[in-house]
Amino acid sequence: MSAQVFPRTANALVWISIIGIGLLIGGIVAALIGLYLSPWYTDVGVVQPQPIPFSHKHHVDELKIDCRYCHATVERASHAGFPSTDTCMSCHSQVWTTSPLLEPVRESYRTNESIVWNRVYDLPDFVYFNHSIHVAKGIGCSSCHGRIDQQQLVSKAQPLYMSWCLSCHRDPAENVRPRDEVFNMAFDPQSLPRAEREALVQEYQIATDGRLTTCYTCHR
Amino acid sequence: MHRNSRLRLSSLARIGWLPLCLLLAACHIDMYDQPRYTANQPSAFFEDGRSMRPPVPNTVPMTAEEPDSVLYTGLENGELAIELPVELTAELLEHGQSRYNAYCAPCHGLSGEGNGVIAYRGGFQVPSFHQDRLRTVAPGYIFDVITNGIGRMYSYANRIPPEDRWAVVAYVRALQLSQYADVDDLSAEERQQLGGQ
Repeated sequence: MSAQVFPRTANALVWISIIGIGLLIGGIVAALIGLYLSPWYTDVGVVQPQPIPFSHKHHVDELKIDCRYCHATVERASHAGFPSTDTCMSCHSQVWTTSPLLEPVRESYRTNESIVWNRVYDLPDFVYFNHSIHVAKGIGCSSCHGRIDQQQLVSKAQPLYMSWCLSCHRDPAENVRPRDEVFNMAFDPQSLPRAEREALVQEYQIATDGRLTTCYTCHR
Repeated sequence: MHRNSRLRLSSLARIGWLPLCLLLAACHIDMYDQPRYTANQPSAFFEDGRSMRPPVPNTVPMTAEEPDSVLYTGLENGELAIELPVELTAELLEHGQSRYNAYCAPCHGLSGEGNGVIAYRGGFQVPSFHQDRLRTVAPGYIFDVITNGIGRMYSYANRIPPEDRWAVVAYVRALQLSQYADVDDLSAEERQQLGGQ
């Protein structure tokens, strides 16, 4: 009778290691997915440092300034339009004229040097996005930017994943709103019955024949 | 034996790219940030640090209208235009209202009385549109003020295109009329609503 090479417990060890390795791989995959969705990777809710602590809550919610006052090209161009120093100074040459927080604005106005802000919503360069068409078809600012009127300092409201873009392109009726509510941050499209939103999709001639979900709609 | 170890090496090399894939999956900055400019992106190439280039001096826009037409200058033969160069329609007024409420109302107020939130909070006087001087100015004057600014009001030319400025002019006129209508202009029914004769 030859000697046993493995003790009896080896059988159990094999199973424990198989299950253990399986759990480990599963855990690593879950952790990677978790990281991918976490603000650490997506920057959702993470405030970016800016040269001037500009508050949307103050300007939009408290002073009732329309989005377009500063983001003037949002209805006409692909880019919403970042306010120039001239736009800031059209009010701040009159109000808060000695505030130290606004010194970078005054300095920019004096020297003609641009203020360098940090981009919050940065789409990959291989994605084509146009603000004006979304606004014209009844997609409100808050649908993508969240309640920016309630944010003192701006952070991303969406990770901007492709699945999120597609969810709306597949079913625009979920997020469409009347055109005159586009700049109303407090308006919730879900407050309209689904049938009314579907009627808006028809009225605004939003393509529902699959044209919005082809690759080259966004990757062109 | 020798053949065997060579076989094992090549099969190792064949699956060796798998961990490499995982490593490369995180390196995507090449296509995410392509060597081209997007709007407002800083530039190390141009002296002023801007990738968005200002037009060179005396640039003339390529438009259907002449650059010195009434539509773009508010002037007709050197005089302030007394007629709108665009057709006055209900849509124009509605468009003018949305522009006015976005760009003008912060100071001039929704009704044009000079009592907007910014004027009120900032504590400065903004002239009301409902005064004889402004009721009687030529429409070209209002266009000129939006285009070039006046007093402490900055130019809004870079935010409101000329066509939209005329819509605002029409809407300002409508506002003025709304606060200066004669009761005789109303229909009998409307007068009834006022609780009058």
